[in-house]
Amino acid sequence: MHDFGVVWGQRGLLFSGLANTVVLSVVSAVCALALGALLAPLLMARAKAPAFAARSFVDAMRCTPFLLFAYIVYYGLPSLGINFDNWQAGLAALVLYNTAYMAEILRGAWAVQPVQPIEAAHAFGFSGFRLFRRIVLPPLLLSAGPVLGNQTIQIVKDSAFLTIIALPELTHAASSIQSRFYVPFAAFISAVLLYWLLCLVVEAGVAAVGRMAEARR
Amino acid sequence: MSWGDVVAILQGAVTTLTLSAIGILLGLPIGLGLALIRWSRLPLASPLVAVYVSLLRATPLVTLLLLLFFALPNVGIPVGPIEAGVISLTMNTSAFNCEVWRAALMDFPKDQLEAAQSMGMRRGLRFRRIVLPQLVKVSLPGLINEMSLLIKVTPVLAVVGVVDVTRAAVRIGAESYEPLPPFFVAIAIYLPIVFALVSLQRFVERRHAGGAFA
Repeated sequence: MHDFGVVWGQRGLLFSGLANTVVLSVVSAVCALALGALLAPLLMARAKAPAFAARSFVDAMRCTPFLLFAYIVYYGLPSLGINFDNWQAGLAALVLYNTAYMAEILRGAWAVQPVQPIEAAHAFGFSGFRLFRRIVLPPLLLSAGPVLGNQTIQIVKDSAFLTIIALPELTHAASSIQSRFYVPFAAFISAVLLYWLLCLVVEAGVAAVGRMAEARR
Repeated sequence: MSWGDVVAILQGAVTTLTLSAIGILLGLPIGLGLALIRWSRLPLASPLVAVYVSLLRATPLVTLLLLLFFALPNVGIPVGPIEAGVISLTMNTSAFNCEVWRAALMDFPKDQLEAAQSMGMRRGLRFRRIVLPQLVKVSLPGLINEMSLLIKVTPVLAVVGVVDVTRAAVRIGAESYEPLPPFFVAIAIYLPIVFALVSLQRFVERRHAGGAFA
C-alpha cells in the first residue's frame, strides 16, 4: 500500500502521461479517420492503378507490426534526410498506420450499404465529393461505429509502444516512476487501470453513437 | 549490412516464432477454459473472469510486459525476459481468445444440447462430441485473426531484452549507422507470416460461408 502512496505522490507525472496518451490517441484517431475516409473511395475505385496503390498500402500496413513501423519512422527516415522529433514521429506513425485500418473499416461498411439512397442522390444531381460527404459518409460512420471504436481502443494501446521512442505518454510515465522509486507493481498497475478507464470511456462513447444510430432509423 | 547480419535477424525470427507459437498454444486452451467459466455462470469465478478479460483487453502489451518483468521478481517469482514475454503474450491472447470462444458458445443451439442429454450423454461426453467440434469450426476465423494480432505485437518483447527480430534489427542498425536496411529485413520476415494468416482466415471464412449455403 505504501508503494501506491509513492505513486500518488508522483500523480502529476502520471496524469500528464495520461493527458499525452489521450491527446495522441484523439488526434491520431481523428486524422486517421479523415485520411481513411479519403483513402476508402480509392480502394473501391474502378480505375486499376489508384485502386492497386491504395490496396498495396493498406495490406502492407495491416501486415506490419506497429512497433517496427514506428522504429522505421523515427530511426529510419532521418537517414533519408527527413528529420522528426519524437512527437512528430510518434504522431506520424500512429496516423499513417491507422489510416490503412480506418480505410479498410470504412470500405467494409461501404460494401454492405444499400445502393438506393446513392441512386436517388444521383437523380437529385449529387456527384463527386459532395455525394460522398452528404449521402455516403454519414450512414457509413454510424454503421461502422462499433468497429471504429475498437480501432480507437487499438490506437490507445498502440500509443503505449511509443514509449520506445521516449515519448512521455502513460506507459513512459509509469516506467520513469518505477525506475526512480522502484515501485514496479504500483506504478504499472496504476497505468493499467488508467488504460482500462480510457477503454471504458471509448466503449461508452460507442454505445452512445449506437443509440443515436438506432434513433435515426 | 552483411550476410551475417541477415543471419542474426533470422536467428531472432526463430525466437520470435517460438515464443509466438508457445503463446498461441497456451492461449487457445486457457481462453477456452475462461470462456467455459463464463458460459457455465460459475458463481464468483464468472464475474472475476469477466473483469480479467475486460482489463487484459484494455492493457497494452508493453505495459503488461513491463509490469510482469519488474514486479514478479519483487514478489519472489524470478522471471527473465523470455518468461515475462511468454506469460504476457499468453495472458493477452487468452483474454481475446476467451471472447471469440464465448461468442461461439453463446450462439450454440440449445436444442442440440437437450437432444444429447435426452440420449443419455453425460456432460463431458456432450461437450467433447457435440459442442467442441462445432465450436472449433465457428471460432476458427476469429482465432486465426487473434493469432495474426499476436504475431504483430511480438516486437514488444525486444523492450525487455528478448533477442528477437526487432532487437537484432535495432542492434545492427545502431552498429552500422544505417537503420533502414535491417528494419526492412525485419518487415520482410513479418509480412509473409501475417499475410499467410490473414489469407488463411479469409479462406476459412469463405469455406464456412459456402458450407452454410450448400
